[in-house]
Parts: sequence; structure tokens; C-alpha cells
Amino acid sequence: MKKFFKDKEHLVRMAALFAGGIALFVIARAVLVPKGFGLYGHYRAGALADNMAKPLVHAGRAACGECHTDKKDELSKGKHAGIGCEACHGALARHAADPSEVKPAKPEPKTLCLRCHTTNVAKPAKFPQIDPKTHMDGADCHGCHASHAPDKEPKP
Amino acid sequence: MEEALLQAVQGYMYPNEIELQWSILIVLYPFTTGLVAGAFILASLERVFNVEAVKPTYRLALLTALSFLLVAPLPLQLHLGQPQRSYEMYLTPHTTSAMAMFGFVYLWYLMAVLVLEIWLDYRKEIVLLSRSETGWKQTVYKVLTLGVDNISEASLKIDDRVGRFLTIIGIPSAFLLHGYVGFIFGSIKANPWWSTPVMPIVFLFSAIVSGIALVLLMYMATCFLKGIEINIPCVDTIARYLFYAFLIDFAIEMLDLIHRVYEADESFQSLDFMVRTKLYTSQILIQIVFGTIVPIGLLALTQLVKLTETARKGIYVLAAILTLIGIFAMRWNVVIGGQLFSKSFLGYTTYKMAFATREGLLPAILLMILPFGILWVLVKLLPPWHDEPAAGA
Amino acid sequence: MTSDRRDFLLTAGKLLLVTGPAAAFLEAAESGKEMEPKYRMADHYWGMIIDIKKCIGCGNCVRADKSENNVPLEPFYFRTWVERYHIEGGWSEHPDVDSPNGGYDGFPEKYPAGDGAKSFFVPKLCNQCAHSPCTQVCPVGATFETPDGAVLVDKSYCLGCRYCIQACPYGCRYIHPASETVDKCNLCYHRITKGLTTACCEACPTGARQLVDLKDPKDPVHEFLRTHTVQVLKPHMATGSKMYYANLDGTVR
Repeated sequence: MKKFFKDKEHLVRMAALFAGGIALFVIARAVLVPKGFGLYGHYRAGALADNMAKPLVHAGRAACGECHTDKKDELSKGKHAGIGCEACHGALARHAADPSEVKPAKPEPKTLCLRCHTTNVAKPAKFPQIDPKTHMDGADCHGCHASHAPDKEPKP
Repeated sequence: MEEALLQAVQGYMYPNEIELQWSILIVLYPFTTGLVAGAFILASLERVFNVEAVKPTYRLALLTALSFLLVAPLPLQLHLGQPQRSYEMYLTPHTTSAMAMFGFVYLWYLMAVLVLEIWLDYRKEIVLLSRSETGWKQTVYKVLTLGVDNISEASLKIDDRVGRFLTIIGIPSAFLLHGYVGFIFGSIKANPWWSTPVMPIVFLFSAIVSGIALVLLMYMATCFLKGIEINIPCVDTIARYLFYAFLIDFAIEMLDLIHRVYEADESFQSLDFMVRTKLYTSQILIQIVFGTIVPIGLLALTQLVKLTETARKGIYVLAAILTLIGIFAMRWNVVIGGQLFSKSFLGYTTYKMAFATREGLLPAILLMILPFGILWVLVKLLPPWHDEPAAGA
Repeated sequence: MTSDRRDFLLTAGKLLLVTGPAAAFLEAAESGKEMEPKYRMADHYWGMIIDIKKCIGCGNCVRADKSENNVPLEPFYFRTWVERYHIEGGWSEHPDVDSPNGGYDGFPEKYPAGDGAKSFFVPKLCNQCAHSPCTQVCPVGATFETPDGAVLVDKSYCLGCRYCIQACPYGCRYIHPASETVDKCNLCYHRITKGLTTACCEACPTGARQLVDLKDPKDPVHEFLRTHTVQVLKPHMATGSKMYYANLDGTVR
């Protein structure tokens, strides 16, 4: 045995160094791989919870309807029935969570209405669109249209 | 900066594509690993294929490879958004990702191939120096001996056999070290500039070309600096291998190009326009004309016409320098070029390279100088010249 | 014992002692966040229907998404954006496409009416691919396909290497400047697991965007897919995209 290793001792020591390095790696790996990794796939299972745990910024129209039943009713009768409340009123999860503390800002009609209803060549032809400069000489939208239930025909 | 980039967009780009994701640092990585693989393969010519003529460059090639390999991960670390998490590649490598291979292939090549081979080749000198040196230098050499003082004929013979074996497995390891980088680009179906099955092969052969050119230059430069005469059969042989490797590299790249032009798929018009305009200087002029055709022409000249030694040496230096510039340009054109056009094939953006930022030109320059600094230290520690007295003796 | 061996054992012992508290620290550092208790991943498989005939380019979806998901307002970073196509003569290999600030402020008119061009809007977002190329290339497993069909990012694990951004054929990923990690549309995972819809679908006034659950037999998606002309983007890439575009024109990239 001693004869076999006679001129190879340096190789044995190098091999031992390598073995030590590999052992260290295995130990480090056991310690450092995050808990739950590989449970559902090649990822940290905790990432699912991380993605689920973000705070809500929009409340969703169902939440608005819980308190504002009159507006909900009004909406359901008109052409804006399919539009969510926050589409016009902005994200209001904070208001839904604490209605008295957080008050939503009232949207400015002209800016808001024109965002959807200004004529644009790319919009579907059947979508109601007007040229804001010429339509009713640029009058305020609320003069003829109620926001939540715009009439089928504009009032004269 | 963002406003300037928006102005520089031609046509339409998906919004998230406007700013380039991979910078000059990512160009550096295939360039440096290419030099490593190429230098190693030149060294292996002598060890495995017994090309005696290139023996004078053997040790220098290995030390050069080691210097560049030590620097290779640095541009990547500098580029990462969260560099302190890079160890995750060792913990949970995703086996479907070519990039995940990096940690293991790198470590394998560094430790099991390069470091071992250098250590075995130098072991006799290391032991001698551990006996003759004094002070902290002696401690360094003693550590490197791993406490073994035996440099008998029998032990050196064993070293030689093991070293030869290591070189043999080193060759496919070098192929893997650089080939997988080619695959990182070549396997991305989303990017038609990158996606081609020949990418690993093109990368590998251009790596061999750049590595051989580098060793040629290093050898001639170090001979010049040390006042040693350049071994002419050695550089003639190296230049010949450079020529052959270049021909193969050029042929494969041309095959890919001709195929693209002929098939003219949906991406072709967009890429063609990009090459003619945005990449004209870096691709047509620098990479193809001055970086490939001219060096090939120069080397062909030395193969076909009998020239004086001085003329040949001059041509080799010029060809090697142009080659290195050309291969760098090739990496640039792949990495940066692949991000200049939109995946909608409707637009182009610009690469705005800063100077003194984390991913700017300055760190890139410093990272390219660093290997030479490391090489200087290595050469002092492990002199490559067998007939030279050891440092400090 | 020789002094070398004693030194070695002492050092090794110190290292061993350190691993204990290190492990404990790492466990504590990993978030103790809980999964949504009433949500079962196995009951859902998410997708979206986008009806081009209904999109009016108002940009509500872009604005809602940016506010819901903390997307920076600077240019270039969009989890969702809207493109406007304008095609002279109705068909072109090179359509005119623009997306001013992703559609965040709507689309100011720049084309004359009645010029015979075909024009429409196309909302874009992460396609939540079933065979996602971005997941394939992530070196560490920081992005992944969930069992319920969403492609998510693990922000605390991502290295920021940007490989996934290169691999996505649709250009839907970006690096978030605050965390220097990758971000993208995650289908408002925090909303859909609570029975709400995504922010973009919530804000869309015309119903052009609708979240669908392919595993729900009562979901209108099944009838919709049967009765409409539906495409996915870049079908030749075989990504398994689950964003079903209804009435999509062939010129769309």
C-alpha cells in the first residue's frame, strides 16, 4: 500500500482538498437552499404567498355596490352598465376599507368623458364618439348627459 | 437619458424593449471565456497532439488562460441586479437553463482543469522554490506544494501522465466552457438574430481564433520585453493553426449568413436593414472586412509566398491584433446587435453606453486590463521559461 | 496532537458553530407570508379574452395597472400597454404602429378620417404562457408557472440577470428600477386569488378585456372560444399563450 502511494502523496492531498471542498458545498447547500423550494416546481413555494399578499389598490365594483346601492341601480339602467366604478372614479380600495377617512376625488367631467368619447379613427366605428370642438360648440357634457346613465339620445 | 433614448427610437418598439438589457459587460464575457478556451486549446496542441513546435508557448498559454478565467465572472457580477444572490445558481440551478450551467462549468474548468494542470506542470519548480526562497515567498510556495517535497523522477512521470489526462478531458471542457455561451444565445427562439443551431460552433471557432491570436501576441511581446529570441518555427506553426481555425470559422459564419439571406424569413428585412445601417461600422467594416478578411488574407499570404522572417513576424502581429479586434466586434454585434431591433420587426433603438457608471465603458476597460495585471503576478510567481532562473533566486 | 491538527479542529469547530445561527437567521429571514386560505390552485386555470372589436384605446387599463401594481411612471416600464395599428390599404407587411407612453394618456388623434386605412387598438400584456420560454431560461427558478396557469416572479430570489427578458417573444418583461429585479404582469395574482378580477379588466369600460377561468365550467369563455375567431400572438413560437385575442387582424405583431 505504502509502495503504491510512494510517489503519489501530493495527488492524494490534492484529492483530499477537492473532497473537502465538495463536502463544504454539500453542507452549504443543505443550509442555504430556501425552505419550500421544489414543492410545486422549480421555485420557492413561498413566492406564491408573496404574490398573493400584495395590498389591493382597486376595490372592485362589487365592493362599491355594497354601500352605493342607488348609483348601482342607476348604472344598471343605462349604457354605462358594464363599466366598473373605479374606471372613472379611480382606485378606491382605501376608501372602501375606511369610507369616512378617505374621500375619493370627484372626476372632472370634460377630461373624463372625452378620454373615451373623443373621435379617433382607430376606435370601432359603432362606438359613440364626438369631436369635442364642434359637438354642441364645446359645451359641458353634463348639460345633456347624466354620467351614470347617459340617455339613449342626448337631450335637446 | 430616457428622453434621449425615446428620441432615438426609429419605427415602433415594444415599450419594454427600448432600453437595452445587456450592456458591454455582457459583450466582455463571451470575449474573455473565448480567449480562455482558445488559449487552452492551443496549449493542448502540444500536450495531446504532440505538436512540438508550439512548446515554447505552452506555459504562457495556460497562465494567460487562468488570468482571463479569473476575470471572466466579474463583468457578470457587475451586471447583475442583485449580485449577492448569484450563489443561488449553485444552490438551485434550473436544469432547463443554459445559464445555470455557468457556475458548475466554470468551477470545473477552473479547478479540475486549469489549476490542476498548471500545478502539475509547475510542481517541480514550486518545490525547488519552496526550498530556495525565503520569507513570505517561501510560505507561498510551501503552501502550493501541499506539504509534499517529493520531486523524484517517478513522481514527475506520474505528474506528466495525470497532466496529459487532464489536458485530454480539458479539451471537451473548453468546448463546453465556451460552447454553452453560444447556446445561451443560440437557443432563444424569441430573438431571430441569435437563434441558430450553429451559434455554439461559431462562438467556439471564433474563440479558438481569438485565443490563438492572443497567445501569439503574448509570446512575441514577452520575448521582446525579456530580450529573448522569438522561436520562428513556433510562431510559424501558431500562425498556421490560426489560419486554419479562421477558415473554418469564416466558412461557418458565411453558411449561416447565406442561409438567412436565401430563406428571408419574417425577420430578414428588419435584420438586413439593421446590418446595413446601425451595424454597418461594427459588422461590415470592423468584424468582416478588417477583422476577418484582411487577417485571413495576410495569413494566406504567408502560407503561399515565401517571405522573410521579419516580414512574417510583422504580418503575424498585425493579423493577430486585427483578429482580436474583429472577434471582439463579433461578440459586440451578437450581443448588442440582437437588442437593437424590435421583436415586432417594426423598429430600432440605440445603445447609449455611459462612461463611468456600473455598466459603462470605464469598468469594461478596467476589466480588460485586469487579466494582464493578474498575468504579471502569475508570471512572477510561476515563470513560464524553463531555462530562466526563478524569480528572486 | 500536532499544532496544525489542533488549529484545524478549532477553526472547523468555529465554522460549525456559526452554521447553526446562520441557518436560523435564514429561516427567519424567509417571509412567513400565508397563502390565501380559501383559494385552491387546482380549481382554476387562468387566461384572458381580449376582443379587438371592443377596445377603444382609452388607456384605462394601463393607468389602473400602474396604480394597482406599483409600476413606475417613467417611460419604458409597462406590465400592460396598448398599441394602435394604422394600415394603409387595409393590409401591409409594415403597419404603422405607435404606443405613446404605452397608451397611458390615451391616443391623441394623428390620422385624418376617411383615408381608407384600417385602424384599431391592441392591448398587450404577459401572455401567461403554458410553455413559457421565460421560465425555461431562468437560471435559478425565480420565475415559474403556477399550477393555476399564472407565470409569476419571485422577487426575493431573482438575480436580475435579464435572461428571461431576452427570452420573452412578446416584450412584456422589464427590470423594476426600485428592486433591480425582473417584473411583469402577474395577472393581479393578489386579486384573482381573492375572487376579484384583474385591475385592467376591472377598469376596462367596454369589456374588451375579460379574465377567464378555463377550469370553471360556468365561465363564458368556453362558449366564446367556440363562437368567435380567436388567435394568440406569435402562434409559430408555440408558447402556449393564454391571452385569446378575438377578431385579431393578421398584421398584428
